[in-house]
This record gives sequence, structure tokens and C-alpha cells, in this order.
Amino acid sequence: MEINGITMKSANSIFDRIASSIKSVREMDPKQLASVIIKGTLVPLTGIVAFLVIWQLGASRIDTSLGKFPGPAEVWTQTSNLVDEHNNVRAKEAAFYERQRKRNEEKLAGDPNAEVTWRDYTGKETFFDQIWTSLYTVMTGFLLASLIAIPTGIMIGLSSTLYMAVNPLIQIFKPVSPLAWLPLVTMVVSALYVSDEPIFAKSFLNSMFTVLLCCMWPTLINTAVGVVGVSKDLNNVSKVLRLNWWTHVRKIVLPSAIPMMFTGLRLSLAIAWMVLIAAEMLAQNPGLGKFVWDEFQNGSSNSLGRIMAAVLVIGFIGFLLDRSMLMLQRFVSWDKSMVLR
Amino acid sequence: MAIPHLELTGVSIDFPSPQGPFRALQNINLKIDQGEFISVIGHSGCGKSTVLNIVAGLYQATKGGVILDGKEVNEPGPERAVVFQNHSLMPWLSAYQNVELAVKCVFKGKKTKAEMKQWIEHNLSLVHMEHAMHKRPDEISGGMKQRVGIARALAMEPTILLMDEPFGALDALTRAHLQDSLMDIHTELGNTVIMITHDVDEAVLLSDRIVMMTNGPAATIGDVLSVELQRPRNRVALADDARYNHYRHEVLSFLYEKMNKQKKDTVNNKKDERENLVRLEKRKRKGEKAA
Repeated sequence: MEINGITMKSANSIFDRIASSIKSVREMDPKQLASVIIKGTLVPLTGIVAFLVIWQLGASRIDTSLGKFPGPAEVWTQTSNLVDEHNNVRAKEAAFYERQRKRNEEKLAGDPNAEVTWRDYTGKETFFDQIWTSLYTVMTGFLLASLIAIPTGIMIGLSSTLYMAVNPLIQIFKPVSPLAWLPLVTMVVSALYVSDEPIFAKSFLNSMFTVLLCCMWPTLINTAVGVVGVSKDLNNVSKVLRLNWWTHVRKIVLPSAIPMMFTGLRLSLAIAWMVLIAAEMLAQNPGLGKFVWDEFQNGSSNSLGRIMAAVLVIGFIGFLLDRSMLMLQRFVSWDKSMVLR
Repeated sequence: MAIPHLELTGVSIDFPSPQGPFRALQNINLKIDQGEFISVIGHSGCGKSTVLNIVAGLYQATKGGVILDGKEVNEPGPERAVVFQNHSLMPWLSAYQNVELAVKCVFKGKKTKAEMKQWIEHNLSLVHMEHAMHKRPDEISGGMKQRVGIARALAMEPTILLMDEPFGALDALTRAHLQDSLMDIHTELGNTVIMITHDVDEAVLLSDRIVMMTNGPAATIGDVLSVELQRPRNRVALADDARYNHYRHEVLSFLYEKMNKQKKDTVNNKKDERENLVRLEKRKRKGEKAA
């Protein structure tokens, strides 16, 4: 498969890698194999267990106004509570739709021309609904930011005049915290987004735009650096072949810049996820940030445990997002000298 | 008189530097005929690559000019194909695709797709790379990468083939193989070649004429040696040939005796100057003491 001259390695390469690692495992002698397995699983496991022990010991000594600081056992209980709540709400929702369907069927059976109303279930969002909301908010913000940052990065990389014009703005806006952007974004959105039947909730737009404003800088800067750093030799080849500007950019500059571009994208995604949680807390977008905020405001004896559970889930999702980005980077990047981990 | 194929007249080039313009080359004059194989040899930093880059059009001469087939050269183009010292292959394309890029640029509209494919494969087989043509640069050795670079340059059907120390980064065995391949290609295609090299043996073995440059800065052509050995040339047979050794002697003597003498002269001049100054100081002080 070819895109812009880069031959994408097919999925076979992943299978090849798994196959070759299985092969090398089979060729190891049993003692070596045992030591690899033990090192690979026992050592990280020991680290995790040690952390859990320290956590439990430390937590049992901290008394807060909301009860004891949650240890691992408490967090586990709260997590299973959250799962149960989610399942209960889903069951209720299913039952509601079933009753509605039956009711409407009976109505239609009695009088085929009767008006039937279909209402949506308006139950509270569960923890897992909130995870989903956070995910699609962050992905929308990240993708829109990339759509802006990548072409801009290419433009300022190609023209040093444009770079000198845009660079001061980048340096000034890059360090601004999302919490500083949020009031401005909220005001602008409520002024401009006036419609009787809004498709997007205002809280979604506020969070999404804040994420966009904060996470586009790494991609922008890294793309520009990648474009500027095209090897002089390749530029000479392009001159000898007398490539026109558009072909030069498409066939030499862009493929050269892709490894740096993906480094930028990976950094941007990590920042986007962090910014999202903060933005959601203040913008009240029904995601994980709102969950933490609500629990904190709620102040029940379970709150700290549930917040801790949310913290772990946030960390785990951030890890998964980073890993997916890394896999994508490995798939697309041709630069063997870059170590990708 | 026949118009020479390539002519350099009074070529000089200055590079801007903080201390003022740096004259890298001074008054280079050279005439090259169609089908000649020219080697340019000289000490490090004498401006050999600069000469090649001026002929390629990548640099502009400050004085004088280069004329190819009656037309002035002032910008790069595929009729003066360059083989770079660092192969300069696109790392994201396979060997075949690298050559294809050049062929598509030069022969767009002039060859059909099937003809292009045939032409690319022909050039890759000239350098014995048919078996590895779908591999990427990071999957092949340095010698193979250089061969693909040569194939790419040849695929442009250049009027002049310019090579900047193409075999410098390779081991002796690979170098020997590639030199033989280059000689075969030169015999078969009859193209004009200008090659920069450090290796005296390579220069004598491959070329019709050896251009020996003086030391920089403001380097110029010191001497041009005509190598009149019969082609095809066999390196093993030539190892005992008296004329081959004589040519080698000439080049070595130019590089290591004349050029080093030039260096020594400048060093000796500086030493004499210093000694004169010391003597003057001593006389002055004696004079003051006496007074």
C-alpha cells in the first residue's frame, strides 16, 4: 500500500515480529527462558506489590474530614460499586425501553392511527458513559488541533520568513495553562454558538476548544523542525532532478518530516489528555473530570475511594492512548535510527 | 577546431566568510572531450568537490564559467547527473523506487510505463542490483547503496556523469568490484565521466586523464596527466606494468613531493622571517646598550 511514496508495512510485519519472537523463545534453552520470564513478570510485579503495600500502610495513617484516605482495598470496593451501578442503570434503561415499546405496540394494536411518542431514557450517566464522553472529547480536540498544526508547521518550516513572523506568537501562547483559556473560550462559545437546536453541548465545545488551544503546540513545533531538517543531500538530489515546488514538498519534504511529526503528535496527545480532565472539571463536560469534581463536592465517605479509582482509570487510559500512538508511529516511521519506545 | 564537449574557463569562486571573501578556487581552465574519463585528485580541502559542484550547477562561479555543448551551465539538471559521496537515497523508498523517481522526472511523457520499468531494471542490472531492487536502503550494505546511487544517475541518461568520491566509504574489495563495473559501464555507454578521488591507484586505473589540483586556498589545476594505457584495463595485469607504475609515480610525486615542498616552503619562509626579526631586535638592543 502506498501513500505519498511511503510503502506502509502491511500487518504481516506485526505477525512476523510475533512469529520471530516465538521462534527465538523456542530456541532458548529452558534455564534462559525461565530467567527471561521471571525477570519480565516478577520484577514489575514486585514493584507493583511494594507500591500497594506502602500505599495501604500510608493510607491507614491519614485521617481526612471525609474519612480515612482510601487504600487499595477501599479503591477495589469502590471500583466494583461503580461497575455494579453501571450495570443497574443499563438494566433500568433496557426495562424502560421495553415498557415503552410494549405500551406503544398496544396503542397501535388498538388504533393503528394513534400517535405514539418515543422518549429517550434520561437516567444519570454512569462512570463508563463518562469515560466514553472524555474519550470522544479528547479525540475531537486532538484531531482538530492536528488538522491545524500540521499544515501550519509545514508552512513555517518551508518559509523562514513565515517562521520568523509566527514564532513569537507560538512562544507566547505555548505556555498558557488551560485553566486560563477556559473563561475566554466559554464566553466566546456562548456568544457565537446560538441556536435553538444545538447539536453539540456547550460544555463539550468549551472542553474541546480548550484542549485544542493547549495541545496543538508540540505538533506544530515538531512538524516545523522536521520540515526544516530535511537532509541537504536529498535537497541536492531534488535540485539535480529539477523537481517543481509541489513535487519537492510531496515526495521529499513530507516523507522526511514524518518521524518528527509523529513525535509531536504523541506529545500532543499526552498533553491533550491531561488538559481535558482539568477542562472538564471547570466546564462541567460530563466526563471523568466532572466525575471527580462531583465526587469531591459530594463529600460522602465513599468519595475519596471513588476519586482514587477515577485517578487510576485516567492514568490507565492515558497509557493506552500513548501506546496506540506509539504503535501507529512504529508502523509509519521509516527512520530506523530513532528508537521508539 | 572542434567545440569541446565541456569547457571550464577561468573559473574562480569566493565564499563569504566573517573575515572577508574566501577564495576557494582560482582560475580553473579545463577542456573535456566527449567520452573521456577524467579523475580529479588532490589533497583534502583543495576544492575538488567545489569544482564538481560548479560543473553540476549547485554552486555558481564568481568569475569565469562552464560551457557544456555550447550552452552555459548555471543551474543543476539531470543532464549532469551527480553521484554523491553519501549515496543520498530516500530512506523511505526501495532501491527500485529511488531509481523510478529519477526516471519519472526525466522521462515523463517520453516513455511509456512499460518502457520505464524496463529501463529501470536495465540500469539496476548494469550495477548488478537486480536481486535486491525491492529492498530499502536500511536493508542493504554501503556498497549496494552506492551502486543504486550510480544506477539512479545513469538512469537519467546524463551527458556527463559527475561522481564525488563515490567509493570513499567502501572497503577495498567492494571498491575493486565497483571500479570494474564502472569501467564496463563506461565502455558500454561511452559517456563522459568526471570523478573525484583520493586513491591514486583508482585514478590511474580508471581515467584517460588525471587532473591534479594544488593545495587550497585559491587552489588551481597544478598538472594534467594523460594516461595512455590500452582499454580494457586489468588491474592484476597492470600491477607489473612499467607505464602504470610510471603514471603512479608521477601522481604521487606531484601530491607528496611538489605539494609538500610548497607547504614546507611556506613554513620555512615563516621560520626565516621570525629569525630575522629576532636578529633585528638583538641588534637594536646592542645599539641601545652602546649608546
